Amino acid sequence: MISEQAKKEIDLWVSKYPEGRASSAVMQALTIVQKENDGSLNGDLMQAVADYLDMPAISVQEVATFYENYNHKPVGKHVIRFCHNISCMLNGSDELISYLEDKLEVKTGQISKDGLVSVKKVECLGACVGGPMCQIGDQYHEHLTTNKLDKILEDLK
Amino acid sequence: MNEVCFKNIDKENPSSFSTYEAHGGYKVWRKILNGEMTPDEIITELKTSGLRGRGGAGFPTGLKWSFMPRNQEGQKYVVCNSDEGEPGTCHDRDILRYNPHSVIEGMAIAGFVMNASVGYNYIRGEFMEPYYRFEEALQAAYEAGLLGKNLKASSVSFDLYTHLGAGAYICGEETALLESLEGKKGQPRFKPPFPANVGLYGKPTTINNTETFASVPEILSKGGQWFADLGVENSGGTKCFSVTGNVKKPANFEVPMGTPFSKLLELAGGLKEGRKLKAVIPGGSSTPILTADTAMQMTMDYDSIANAGSMLGAGSVIVMDDTTCMVKTLTRLAHFYYDESCGQCTPCREGTGWLYRMLQRILDGNGKREDLDLLLSVGEKIMGNTICALGDAAATPVESFINHFREEFEYYIEHGKSMVETKPNLIEEEASV
Repeated sequence: MISEQAKKEIDLWVSKYPEGRASSAVMQALTIVQKENDGSLNGDLMQAVADYLDMPAISVQEVATFYENYNHKPVGKHVIRFCHNISCMLNGSDELISYLEDKLEVKTGQISKDGLVSVKKVECLGACVGGPMCQIGDQYHEHLTTNKLDKILEDLK
Repeated sequence: MNEVCFKNIDKENPSSFSTYEAHGGYKVWRKILNGEMTPDEIITELKTSGLRGRGGAGFPTGLKWSFMPRNQEGQKYVVCNSDEGEPGTCHDRDILRYNPHSVIEGMAIAGFVMNASVGYNYIRGEFMEPYYRFEEALQAAYEAGLLGKNLKASSVSFDLYTHLGAGAYICGEETALLESLEGKKGQPRFKPPFPANVGLYGKPTTINNTETFASVPEILSKGGQWFADLGVENSGGTKCFSVTGNVKKPANFEVPMGTPFSKLLELAGGLKEGRKLKAVIPGGSSTPILTADTAMQMTMDYDSIANAGSMLGAGSVIVMDDTTCMVKTLTRLAHFYYDESCGQCTPCREGTGWLYRMLQRILDGNGKREDLDLLLSVGEKIMGNTICALGDAAATPVESFINHFREEFEYYIEHGKSMVETKPNLIEEEASV
């Protein structure tokens, strides 16, 4: 269920915490297995993390459903997480999100027909001076305009 | 400008070990490892400096550090709160990206003062670029023999690790952060006991914000009095401000405490052509909004902003011009707190939903006259009735927006549309920055 490579990565995180505190690594373990599973979690994966870290399954589920960055439904190959909070809103995030929805023919929360992208409205990502902005994978894209979004979408193909 | 935390921001390779060291970095830490400074001396300097917690609460750092039972047997911890997420705030991100070694040195010094040999930097899960920069810096500090055990043949040990979050605003609350670090849902703990007595894994723990730790090495290098003199009475030193919203050049600025707001606005390029200042949120979305006139009179320090009727908070200045609809803006903030409430306390869990849904109803054109008083009453019932400050933070904007801009809310309810002539944002052009 969890690949050897993922186990190695999880072990690295576990080694940061004191003896007997492997559960401190649960958030990263979930992040790692989610990445391996095309961006979402499921019951079997959460159980596998619980077994690997020797935690009750319910504790893992609590964490997996509390934090925003875990997905419990399939997502597109790339997830565009668009900030719609105050500083981005004042600089046009709503207009850009609408532009994106029209262009991709998706609503926020949905996956594009070709499965390439899904769009998610999220709360403040802490890059307010660069608003409007979005996150794709590990990367932040700031000072967005329709031109820049076109280019970003082109590069994702 | 840029004298402490952003000191190296314009240098080549600002985040590198060599840049940091070339500009006085790790000088204090090396002195400590040589046995040339005592914990008491450090606490005295910090008290003199007037440094107050930069995360938002403004608690004096020297005092906080003195609370740690440094002689108590057993493990103790130092934790850095890099879970930056208050809407409008993004200067810790730049400290992590451009001056990560100052955070490392500040945390190591804290570890020495509090006799804690292990530290964690809790970085929000979305901050991957800052995380990689910080990790690189950690590796360089280990390679230079400045982190680890029995450093430079002394009895001092300090191991430092990063922890990554996974998306929860509430984890910026210190006890929620500790819960999260222990691998649980980020739900705040009852206080007391305070983390200084019962913190991470039940051990004495000191938590400070990124900017606070980053300020410490420079303070100890140049002296507490030097730092205090940069600022004004009761607000020592410099502070990093994020200036965002309807300004020409949104950016982060590190300026002396006591800098006039008007000067900060000017640094951010001022307002767009033909626009008038309408309102300012001075310290992040959780602090009360101020009208233009009040804002233009205030200086950026704890006392002046408090006298103006708001809070310095995290130094997150959100500027709104005369095209901003207050009903829409408040609804967006209400949605944020509704989304981010951890669900532990009933007044917050239910109340934030009430606030958001009522505001959305007004925005949809279905508001009723009595809604405004009901909104205020729901806010009052949340205020002070929850374990942590998120409840208060949700109620505060509602109260201040309605008090200052009641007419606008009433118009919206009566006419089903905004009285503000909103202008579409120019999203098709390349941004002018």
